[in-house]
Amino acid sequence: MISLHLILFLFFGAITVAGAVNLLVQRHPINSALSLIAVMAALAGEYLLLGAEFVAAVQVIVYAGAIMVLFVFTIMLLNAGEEERTQGSRVAVLFGIPGMLLGSLLVAWVVLKHSGTEAVNAGVWDSASISARSVPGSPETIGPLLFHEFLLPFEITSILILVAIMGAVVLASRPTVPGGPPQKVKD
Amino acid sequence: MPIWIYILASVIKSAIVLLVLLTAVAYTVWLERKVVGRMQNRWGPTRVGPFGLLQPAADGIKFLFKEDLTPPHVYKPLFLAAPLIAVVFALTSIAVIPFGNGIYIKGQWIPFQITTDVNTGLLLILGVTSIGVYGVALAGWSSNNKYSLLGGLRASAQMVSYEISLGLSLVGVLILAGSFSLTDIVHAQQGHFAGFIPHWNIFVQPVAFFCYLMAAYAETNRIPFDLPEAETELVAGYHTEYSAMKFAMFFMAEYANMITVGCLATLLFLGGWNGPIFGPPIVQALLPVFWFCAKVFVFLFIYIWVRGTLPRFRYDQLMAFGWKFLLPLAIVNLVATAIAVAW
Repeated sequence: MISLHLILFLFFGAITVAGAVNLLVQRHPINSALSLIAVMAALAGEYLLLGAEFVAAVQVIVYAGAIMVLFVFTIMLLNAGEEERTQGSRVAVLFGIPGMLLGSLLVAWVVLKHSGTEAVNAGVWDSASISARSVPGSPETIGPLLFHEFLLPFEITSILILVAIMGAVVLASRPTVPGGPPQKVKD
Repeated sequence: MPIWIYILASVIKSAIVLLVLLTAVAYTVWLERKVVGRMQNRWGPTRVGPFGLLQPAADGIKFLFKEDLTPPHVYKPLFLAAPLIAVVFALTSIAVIPFGNGIYIKGQWIPFQITTDVNTGLLLILGVTSIGVYGVALAGWSSNNKYSLLGGLRASAQMVSYEISLGLSLVGVLILAGSFSLTDIVHAQQGHFAGFIPHWNIFVQPVAFFCYLMAAYAETNRIPFDLPEAETELVAGYHTEYSAMKFAMFFMAEYANMITVGCLATLLFLGGWNGPIFGPPIVQALLPVFWFCAKVFVFLFIYIWVRGTLPRFRYDQLMAFGWKFLLPLAIVNLVATAIAVAW
């Protein structure tokens, strides 16, 4: 039976795949960036179908919203033009497309072979049996997981991001003498 | 509930809300022209209809019949898509906003909200508004005009910067309510302090309200933070090259965003639809919606008031204010709230 759930899954899936292919085919960076936004947004739709509301919302806010805005911002600032076809890109087309098809076939085969087993079914969420408040991806479930059970990995990740920010600041500040230490950042 | 009733109810509700929202957008423009006019000791629109009340209709007709110019050398697909993106996402965010509790019609619970009460309503609004930035950014880039580009760049940098303060200012409210659902947040604000001061978050979280207000002005590109369209330096910023209905779309998006921000402020800080309830049953059912609209109106009036009062910031002042003052303030408020709640 074709349910609304399945239709929506196929709809978002089609957008994701079409966006990803378009991302590779387009030659202008801004078109590629916009396709990537479409992919991110459609992925958020898929997360929503799996009952992961919080992850879907964060996917849109962080990836489709904040990070991709910075991508577009950079493309706009650098005024990047169309990319040129080189010898290397022809090789990439020749070997890349068959390789990608082979890879996706392999993944599909593994998933189909193991569908119906315990490991795969654990991820499937039966919409009828669970009330809205106990959905696996609701903020009420994710919060305690993030701040109790996985607190250490969570904090380590934040330190990693902080270090990356500091690195970016050091790289961006100009040295006073060529090759000298970076200048103090002024207002 | 059968699925077709659900879909029918959603379609009807969407149509009503969209109609009301677009009318509200048109009359917010009228209100702004009137109020700013009075503040500057002139009349504002008076010619079309009584008190100039038909001015929005006249403007709409004018926009429709103006020549729709597309300058040469623009990047056409994005030039056409940008106003659509802006207006679509501005109108979408209203979908999760509850305007009142809801009523029973023939035993069927109809909430005053297009979607049902989503668990992550607030996050959805933040997500949709963060995507709305693309309309402005792409308009600036695709116009192939230096003023447009500068406006678009300013807009995207400004919105990304202030989104952080906006989000952080909301977390204090979320901690108090313990939920992302907008209905739950409103319910958490029922009751009174000392018998007469309403239990609204604006009294519990004044600092958060201040941060929200400032960040909201910056997010909607309004004076004193309307740098993206600063006419003294950038002609008209990102919509310099747009004319007729495409320009009107940016205009509609800006005012729709103002209304959404006002609705959010009402729900989060001003107690939502809570207010004195009295009278016969039909009045009792509709009074919450009235209180809600009245509070949104007050918020919009403050918007216009600020516009008529304050000059525009300089761009470096804007960035310094956002990153060095507003963000630390929001973080301090968040930590203080968390400590108070834990204690």
